[in-house]
Amino acid sequence: MDKLIAGKTISVTEEGFMTEFSQWDKSIADAMAAENDVTLTPRHWEVIDYIQNEYKNDVPLSIRKIGKSGVVDIKEFYQLFPVAPLKTATKIAGIPKPVSCI
Amino acid sequence: MEDSGKINKMMIILSKATLENVYACFVLANGARMEGIEAEIFFTFFGLEAIHNKKLDHLHIATVGNPAMHMPTLLGGLPGMEALATSMMKKEMERIDMPDVREFLEILTASGVKLWACKLAMDMFHYKEEDMFEDLDGVLTVGDFYKQGSGVGTHMLFI
Repeated sequence: MDKLIAGKTISVTEEGFMTEFSQWDKSIADAMAAENDVTLTPRHWEVIDYIQNEYKNDVPLSIRKIGKSGVVDIKEFYQLFPVAPLKTATKIAGIPKPVSCI
Repeated sequence: MEDSGKINKMMIILSKATLENVYACFVLANGARMEGIEAEIFFTFFGLEAIHNKKLDHLHIATVGNPAMHMPTLLGGLPGMEALATSMMKKEMERIDMPDVREFLEILTASGVKLWACKLAMDMFHYKEEDMFEDLDGVLTVGDFYKQGSGVGTHMLFI
């Protein structure tokens, strides 16, 4: 379905995950973050860059992998994105919902 | 808060320390946090072994009394059989990116899951708090645990 955000129309799933990464830009990320009660700081951007890179390299994301990334530990990841961190971070990053259970 | 039917908190009671039960408990608790749901675990009876520092790295799966293993009971009871089945299962777990018990406990506490030991069972097994996993949140009575679970949208699960 279509969604109007930051003055642009993007396609998203019912849960709000973007389906076309090419439509993503930083203003959309900021607006998505605001919808999820998150204000993006440079630390958030380091995490978003990391998960976008993992996605581009076809690496499945999990909480455990984030913890071993060297970018952020699990505790800080939950501080940066307090509610459902992996889902919220991937949503803001414009990539599909992770399917991991761990 | 109004009851919208939404799950806000999972209170999971772990009473067994066979590997398959411990993992079920940990995956459910971690999965709750991943969805923005609070989670607390109450370790009671043999479940305490999953947070006992000297035991938690050596938990086994049950080869006896477990029909889903499809192994005759007599065979499952042979010396070394549990260890063999456990090492096979551990290999599969590593393949699907499942952490070992200690690392999983660290992930749970970093994710904000509260870990409680049951006072009665601690007394029964003569365990002391210093014998247990260092990030344990405390030792509780059943009454304390119920109090922890108060609020709208709390669900309790016994494993």
